[in-house]
Amino acid sequence: METLLNDFSPGLFVVQTILLLGLIFLLVKFAWKPILTSLNERESGIHDALEAAEKARAEMQNLQADNDKLLKEARAEREAMLKEAREIKDKMITDSKEQAKIEGDKMLKQAQVAIESEKKAAVADIKNQVAELSVEIAEKVLKEQLSNKDQQLKLVESMLGDVKLN
Amino acid sequence: MKEVSKMIRTLVLLCIFCISFQGFALSEGGDEGAVDTKEEVDAYIQHHIKDAHDFHLFSYTGDNGERKHVGFPLPVILWSSNGLVTFMSSEFHHDDAGKVVVEKGGSKFVKLHSKIYELNAGATEVQFDEHHHAENAAKVLDFSITKSVFGILLIGLFMLWAFSSLAKQYAKKKVPTGFGRVLEPLVIYVRDEIAKPNIGEKKYRKFTGYLLTVFFFIWILNLLGLTPFGFNVTGQLAVTAALAIFTLVIYTFSGNKDYWMHMLWMPGVPFLIRPILAIIELAGAFVIKPFSLLVRLFANISAGHIVVMSLIAIMFTLKKSLGVVGATGLSLVLSFFITLIEVLVAFLQAYIFTMLSALFIGMAVAEHDHDHEHDAKGHEVPDAEDVRGDFI
Repeated sequence: METLLNDFSPGLFVVQTILLLGLIFLLVKFAWKPILTSLNERESGIHDALEAAEKARAEMQNLQADNDKLLKEARAEREAMLKEAREIKDKMITDSKEQAKIEGDKMLKQAQVAIESEKKAAVADIKNQVAELSVEIAEKVLKEQLSNKDQQLKLVESMLGDVKLN
Repeated sequence: MKEVSKMIRTLVLLCIFCISFQGFALSEGGDEGAVDTKEEVDAYIQHHIKDAHDFHLFSYTGDNGERKHVGFPLPVILWSSNGLVTFMSSEFHHDDAGKVVVEKGGSKFVKLHSKIYELNAGATEVQFDEHHHAENAAKVLDFSITKSVFGILLIGLFMLWAFSSLAKQYAKKKVPTGFGRVLEPLVIYVRDEIAKPNIGEKKYRKFTGYLLTVFFFIWILNLLGLTPFGFNVTGQLAVTAALAIFTLVIYTFSGNKDYWMHMLWMPGVPFLIRPILAIIELAGAFVIKPFSLLVRLFANISAGHIVVMSLIAIMFTLKKSLGVVGATGLSLVLSFFITLIEVLVAFLQAYIFTMLSALFIGMAVAEHDHDHEHDAKGHEVPDAEDVRGDFI
């Protein structure tokens, strides 16, 4: 103990106290404060970055899910559109078939009517001509027969006889 | 330009290493007859663990049989009875037995066992009593740049350079490069493993500067003590006492109401016991805690130096019984392993000192009454602060 106390140097103690005080002051000012501040900043930066990355990942997942959903929807829509188009096509085909049939029938009917009327007209015409021809023939015959009086009288008499019968 | 400065730096480092190893070999007694017997080894070790007034690298005996010392002198600054006196330590001519008397500023000084004494008025040389104590001389207040002060200055400047350059790196980049990359994890280690857990998340910031300074100061000086330069700064009572008193001052002045209340008038114990507890607590806070800090560091480092040097001395003391090769081999192997352990001790002591300082500060600033979360039944839920409080 005595040697220990003897070894204790008050001068060194004073010098060490002053130097340590100076060292602490200088280091705090020029080293520890900026170092700790930057470390804390960096750590909070890393923390924020990690959080942001996590958030971005979640967002990405959401986006992907959205994309999938959209894709599915688009696919379904395409299916639906295709189906509709097919239906429309079928319908159009059947419709036009029907229409064509109706139209054809109509035209057929018209043609038949026209043919009928033509036929009728032709028959009428023929009838007229036949009548005219017969009238002419009759005229000629009559002219021939009625050139003498006897024959005229005979005819009148026969005709009158027919009338009486009616 | 950069490469040139790098090369110069490497060369300087190389020179320092060469010189130091040479100094090591010679100063530890490569010289026959200088330090040989057990008593001489003992005296040499005793001398080494003390502070010195000059920077002694090695000694050798010249061709003409004269002892030569290689090193450089350091300034001596004394506050004597005649005021401030300064001179270089070379004026003592490496004398440590009080034989050389230096007369400066009207006072006469002698150096005796690494201490400077001022001779009483009228005396011309030191007279010793039967315990080999100076009879007619008194110690003076010695503010010299001793070897320890030189070491402190050196390490102080080194720390300033190293850590301020680390601090400057952060202005330019997020992650430091080069030497800073080595220092940064150490800073983070002290902050996260020593300051935060012991002082608490909320208040650690204010004390981290002190803890970091002390940690690196002690650690680097401990390591410097293991080099052949023979520094023994953290093995000086005055140095460890100053460090311990710094911690004492910090935790005494940052103590909150709870701290003083628990110390002076402990709640929760019978009234009669409280004054007794107060005495114990006061003694603990003002004597035991700082004393444990200063003695632990001093004793560990001094012991380490003594053990390493004693093992090196095996080379000489066992030379007769083991032969030169045997003694040298044994000495080398033992001192090598002890030096490895001392490297660990160097870190450990720095860690323990810083850790206990943080712990004492943490006790002083701990908050005992704070808002607690309550569970469904209205009981208080202990949080991390309480658990920490239980451990302190």
